[in-house]
Amino acid sequence: MKVKVNVQLKNGVLDPQGKAVHHALHSLGFDSVQGVRIGKQILLDIDESEDVEQSIKNMCEELLANTVIEDYEIEIEK
Amino acid sequence: MKVAVIVFPGTNCEMDTKYACEKLGANVSLVFHKEDKLPSDIRLVILPGGFSYGDYLRSAAIAKFSPIMQDVIRFANEGGNVLGICNGFQMLLEMQLLPGAMKRNANVHFISKFHHLKVINTANKFLHLFKENDILNIPIAHGEGNYFIDEAGLRDLYANDQVLLQYVDAQGRISNPNGSLDSIACICNKERNVFGLMPHPERAIEELLGSSDGVDMLRGLLA
Repeated sequence: MKVKVNVQLKNGVLDPQGKAVHHALHSLGFDSVQGVRIGKQILLDIDESEDVEQSIKNMCEELLANTVIEDYEIEIEK
Repeated sequence: MKVAVIVFPGTNCEMDTKYACEKLGANVSLVFHKEDKLPSDIRLVILPGGFSYGDYLRSAAIAKFSPIMQDVIRFANEGGNVLGICNGFQMLLEMQLLPGAMKRNANVHFISKFHHLKVINTANKFLHLFKENDILNIPIAHGEGNYFIDEAGLRDLYANDQVLLQYVDAQGRISNPNGSLDSIACICNKERNVFGLMPHPERAIEELLGSSDGVDMLRGLLA
């Protein structure tokens, strides 16, 4: 099965990359952009099992996200 | 004194760190990350700078799973002195031996230059040879040194005298190269045996090379 994990800096944690890209978009004349946040998308190809959701959650907590500053979302493609 | 410097794939400061400690009389072993035990009688473990595992995923995210790290955690929890320099500091955060996390530098650039630091607290083994408000000049070289911790965590750090160095200018005024919260460059744990800093004391041990301000940091831990 295919799983997407989206990792994003938490709300309220300033995102330096997003800020730099925001600034660059304004320099290019895209003045309508009000904000930019940059995250990571991690694509997993996993064997199906009963506890796969819990297992992916554990992967996020232990490695894929640093939960001090990042949130994660799991999308399972059925 | 016996010192272990841990070497990961991508570490690049281990020889400088070894050289600096040996110059101060220490007996230094380079310990490969695949070992599962520290050598006997180690009194100080140093996690040196570099780019462990190519900084893949996040700086230091993968190094914490190296076999030797379980023994480093045991050593730290038993009160052994651990120093993390640059990438090593990032490892200590990822392993939660120190609180907080690192983000990309605020200007999104890798910064490599000398930077002044102010000594905030000296009631610890790392900085006891300095005086409060001393201004030091030590190189920094990192892309992710933008220290972050939540408000409650920051209050805790100050309440327990865990903020040790701040980035400043030559006059001691706050000068923040990377966006780090409160311009923090170095912290320790509550028990004051685990120290992490982004600047490189091992690169500041010879006046000829610009500064020897790093000597008394290392000497503090080696004494």
